[in-house]
Amino acid sequence: MKHLGYVLSHLWHSKRRTFLTVSSIAVALFLFCTLRTVMTSLDAGLRASDDTRLVVRHAASLVFPLPLAYRDRLAQVPGVVQVGYGNWFGGYYQEKKNQFTQFAVDAPTLFDLYPEIVLGPAEREVFLRERTACIAGQALVDKYGWRMGDVIPITGTIYPGEWPLTLRGIYRASTPDANEDAIFFHWELVNEAMPEGRKNLVGIYWLKVSSPSDAPRVSAAVDAIYENSPQPTKTETEKAFQAGFIQMIGNVSFLLSILGSAIIFAILLVTVNTMMMAARERTTEIAVLKTLGFSDGLVLRLVATEAMLLSIAGGVIGCGLAFGIFRKVNFTAGGMFPNFRVLPETVGLGLLLALMMGLLSGLAPAIGAARLPIASSLRKVA
Amino acid sequence: MTDGRGNGDAYLISLRDVHKEYRRDAFVVPVLAGIELDVAPGEFLALMGPSGSGKSTLLNLIGGIDHPTKGEIRVAGESLGTLSPSRLAAWRARHVGFIFQLYNLIPVLTAFRNVELPLLLTRLGAAERRKRVELALGLVGLEGREGHYPRQLSGGEEQRVAIARAVVADPTLLVADEPTGDLDSKNAEEILVLLQRLNQELKKTILMVTHDPHAAERAHKILYLDKGVLRS
Ligand SMILES: Nc1ncnc2c1ncn2[C@@H]1O[C@H](COP(=O)(O)OP(=O)(O)O)[C@@H](O)[C@H]1O
Ligand SMILES: [Mg+2]
Repeated sequence: MKHLGYVLSHLWHSKRRTFLTVSSIAVALFLFCTLRTVMTSLDAGLRASDDTRLVVRHAASLVFPLPLAYRDRLAQVPGVVQVGYGNWFGGYYQEKKNQFTQFAVDAPTLFDLYPEIVLGPAEREVFLRERTACIAGQALVDKYGWRMGDVIPITGTIYPGEWPLTLRGIYRASTPDANEDAIFFHWELVNEAMPEGRKNLVGIYWLKVSSPSDAPRVSAAVDAIYENSPQPTKTETEKAFQAGFIQMIGNVSFLLSILGSAIIFAILLVTVNTMMMAARERTTEIAVLKTLGFSDGLVLRLVATEAMLLSIAGGVIGCGLAFGIFRKVNFTAGGMFPNFRVLPETVGLGLLLALMMGLLSGLAPAIGAARLPIASSLRKVA
Repeated sequence: MTDGRGNGDAYLISLRDVHKEYRRDAFVVPVLAGIELDVAPGEFLALMGPSGSGKSTLLNLIGGIDHPTKGEIRVAGESLGTLSPSRLAAWRARHVGFIFQLYNLIPVLTAFRNVELPLLLTRLGAAERRKRVELALGLVGLEGREGHYPRQLSGGEEQRVAIARAVVADPTLLVADEPTGDLDSKNAEEILVLLQRLNQELKKTILMVTHDPHAAERAHKILYLDKGVLRS
């Protein structure tokens, strides 16, 4: 511990080097945490999806709606136990940047289809009864500081206008993988307000089947019914639906991970080089320390400690920033990652990575310093 | 093993048939060729000789920072060739204080912390270390300059800090390689007086390499190194 002063003096006296090295390691770890969080939040979405839920949408694209009339026919398909539906609303709260998931849903079936949405019976009843009521997830309520009974004005983009919704319920998610940052309100409310040509249209249907093994058969049956209709369907399990969505993003994030790893590796090389240069500049000094009786092992530890301190500082800053920032701004990439949370294990891995960067970057110079022959290093260059 | 200060060796330093040669590419450069030397405790010895004659090499061997090609070196009761690198380091910390021509202070540390370095290898607590560092800096006439960095000191002052560092852990032996080589005559004089005091008052055994006959006169004895052997 008493030797720490020596190490700190060096870090303090080469402020620019210290600052640049710590910053680049911090950047590398910030990047690491961000990229890993892209992966973990996609994973959480997949885990949260249910194999007994099917999603029915327009075969051509999610942006084309299906007729409400499909509902009764879908309910008759053998294996289907419940049919629900909803429209992605895509509005914002007060300002454009306040985007989160809003769904106009068939309220009576919502809780059967999504048992993950946990709401007290009294709140549920008020919500079902009141035309302009909405329910919101706890995380969202916390973020905007809403209270029960508040009127939350949502500005529509797909459905233009101002939509004042009254908060009648705050739901919790039953599993940590499901998210708590969405608003649900009545499909009827939106439908009534639509002009003739836009009435009775549904974005997606959700089907509940009795067992996962029914899913392929039901999907095929549904798509067969509408195969030759003007609005053909595409039916798949929620997991497959998510996975398709994720694959699109996943390809991008795979590319990002490769780039990210390359950047982290490059920063590691730069750090190694910096540490080696720093140690080389100090050849005489290290020889002097040894002359004074500092053992090879102690010199090794001193040089390694310096590298470790730089890396750990960078790691703490990079991981800390990632952890804090995404939490603070509630980053969702415009709703693409509704549950973008840097997990504690990601921070842990990041710190471990920083530690390894420290070890790797300190190793060569530390061994070099330990092996340094004293007498010839003290000779003035002849 | 042995303490080295009172084990009955008549000499503090004994060299027997010490050879040192360097390999440069395919050539073998013989530098020391059969050195015999005995130094009693408390002596102040000057070592002279032409440039490149091997004075520094000899000093480094005695100070335990280099190894002979052949021969035995006993200093302060230890046969240096038998010590492991870590034991040799501990031995240096305990018995030898080095003074260099170019001072070799650590630029990022203050005078205080430079002088404190050898004490970091002891079990002394911070308060005791502070006391000893202040004592050593006082001894070389630099009280009050604890907080200065080497670049804020003159050459003579730097060398005095280096001397304080060399004596702070109370070593048996001081080895000084051209300690006045980079100083003007006034500063050189002060350093020599200081070394003389360390020898007389604190009974340090001193081995000093020098080019300057005036400097050498301060010593009890002058040895000449030429063509790999010593003569008086
Ligand atoms: N590490 C080394 N490698 C090769 N040659 C060396 C080395 N150290 C010293 N020498 C050679 O040994 C000789 C003696 O050097 P040195 O002891 O520094 O002489 P002095 O101190 O008397 O000027 C010189 O010729 C020098 O070039
Ligand atoms: Mg020399």
